[in-house]
Amino acid sequence: MATDAVLRSVLTPEGVPIGVELADHGARAGALLVDLLIIVGTLIVVAVVFLIAAAVAGNAAVAVFFILSFFLRCPFFMFFELRWRGQTPGKRMFKLRVVDRRGGALSPYAVAARNLTREVEVFMPATLLLMQPGTEEVGAVDNLLATAALVWLAIFALMPLFNRDRLRVGDMIAGTWVVRSEPVALLRDLTTDPASRRYRFTKAQLDVYGIAELQVLEKLLRQPKTQTTRETKRDVLRRILDKIDWPDREAVDGPAFLNAYYAALRAHLEQRALLGDRRVDKHDVAERRGARDPTAP
Amino acid sequence: MSEDLLKSFRFRIEREAKWRELEALIRRAEEDGLRSLGADELLRAPGLYRACMSSLSVARSISFDANLCAYLESLSLRAYFVVYGVRAGFGQLLAGFFRRDFPRAVRRTGWATALSALLLLGGAATGWTVTTQEPAWFEAFVDPAMAQGRTPDATREELEAAIFRRPGAADQLTAFATFLFQHNARVGMLCFALGAVFGVPVVLLLFYNGLGLGAICAVFAGQGLTVDFLAWLAIHGTTELTAIALCGGAGFHLAGAMINPGRRTRLAALRDTGRTVATLVVGAVVMLFMAALLEGLGRQLVTDTSLRLGIGAAMLVLWGVYFVLAGRLGGEGTRQHGD
Repeated sequence: MATDAVLRSVLTPEGVPIGVELADHGARAGALLVDLLIIVGTLIVVAVVFLIAAAVAGNAAVAVFFILSFFLRCPFFMFFELRWRGQTPGKRMFKLRVVDRRGGALSPYAVAARNLTREVEVFMPATLLLMQPGTEEVGAVDNLLATAALVWLAIFALMPLFNRDRLRVGDMIAGTWVVRSEPVALLRDLTTDPASRRYRFTKAQLDVYGIAELQVLEKLLRQPKTQTTRETKRDVLRRILDKIDWPDREAVDGPAFLNAYYAALRAHLEQRALLGDRRVDKHDVAERRGARDPTAP
Repeated sequence: MSEDLLKSFRFRIEREAKWRELEALIRRAEEDGLRSLGADELLRAPGLYRACMSSLSVARSISFDANLCAYLESLSLRAYFVVYGVRAGFGQLLAGFFRRDFPRAVRRTGWATALSALLLLGGAATGWTVTTQEPAWFEAFVDPAMAQGRTPDATREELEAAIFRRPGAADQLTAFATFLFQHNARVGMLCFALGAVFGVPVVLLLFYNGLGLGAICAVFAGQGLTVDFLAWLAIHGTTELTAIALCGGAGFHLAGAMINPGRRTRLAALRDTGRTVATLVVGAVVMLFMAALLEGLGRQLVTDTSLRLGIGAAMLVLWGVYFVLAGRLGGEGTRQHGD
């Protein structure tokens, strides 16, 4: 999970909030690009086929081409978002998904709404930019309209950059947002490691950290064993030893000690949490939470 | 030894088998679709899903194993997508759309649609009047690509030829029809999308398209072909202009939500009206497609003025009856609409 992840939560009909991570701008642009490449690629193939056939079929080929390009654009996105539960080929590749902001089922009308506006956000600017060069024959009103439209369209296209939920106009209208949807594997529980029983800690030694520090330690212990990980671990070990005033520093077996401290700290914090005392991080001291802690003097 | 285990770890041991089972189900549903699951698996899925949700709630409060919580979170999310995905089949969706949702959406936005029709007609009237008095305005109102030689300089014979072209020369017109379909469908979608910015561009767009229409009318009227031209237009135009008016109405409906959101936030208002409005536009695009068919085929085959007028009028009545009556019976709609 990236450190700059933007987190939101979706309330399911069962009343359980599920945390989601908003999709990154780059990933969304990438997904769009992939989808557009598929559409344009298909159109080019069809165009070539019809150009070959055009000698026979005449202008009907052009007509078919136009109709097809129309039916490939918005309906392409709608079809896949309906069929693949909020994903298009591009979104699947970048592990993104469209979700209802209020947590209900993704309605077909939401899918329609968010994709109809695509016509304005993507296809109109493209067409306008492509058609601009032939200005000779275009009337003054048209030119003005084109420029004004271009400004509007720029606003539409950049919309996700300017709101905290990263919504395009289509998302606003449809009541959806785009989230990351990446499976997380269930890893081994670190407290089951036999090494975690080699050391014993006093209550004072476990009282120096909170949940945030515990989970940073967990992340470190789960990292692949590279040179930098080893160095970070050594560094973290030194700081923990300092902090808890461990007497016999030379005899400590680094990896086993970290594992043992993790297990003990987790047991300690979970035990305290069961008694209604959730310690968020190391700055979260009992005195400051006097009101919340019934056992405080 | 066992009392040495953490409570959160014991919790995990107890429930893990169910999570794994759900995970396997979900993976298959994601890769091969729901149809790949057997009947008994489908029967077990909701129970497993709810068990997973409850595990997530418990894990959040008793376990500080970040990986475990992340795993349950992602599993719940994936299961949620499978359980609450779009379920209806395509045919079912279509039937519900035309029998109920589309006409209802039209009725719900009646006033906005009337406003947009008024603007379109007002534009046409203006275009007609101005071009009749000063033909030079024609070029400002009509894109040359659209005009295709139907300019104020054209002779009566040329204009007549444009109206009563024989089926033999249909190729050119088929291409034109599809172009027009594209153009109009885009105008429609633009109206819808621009509604979100308070509706001002919708007014301009509707009026501008009305102007072009009126200007072409004036050109034909100048050569005494008024009725023939109206018939040529009406055969598909009643369907097409109704569709554009609907799109404009959709835009105004959205704009209304933006201007006067009531007690909701603007974002919530937009979301609530957005779905109704999308229904309208999808329906309008279908109408535009029918109009293009009428234009591309019907008009080439039917060259008689009164017959063309008759078909145009019949379509108008048909749409009117459909919008007023369809979907009134048949109980409560199951689809959710915000407003």
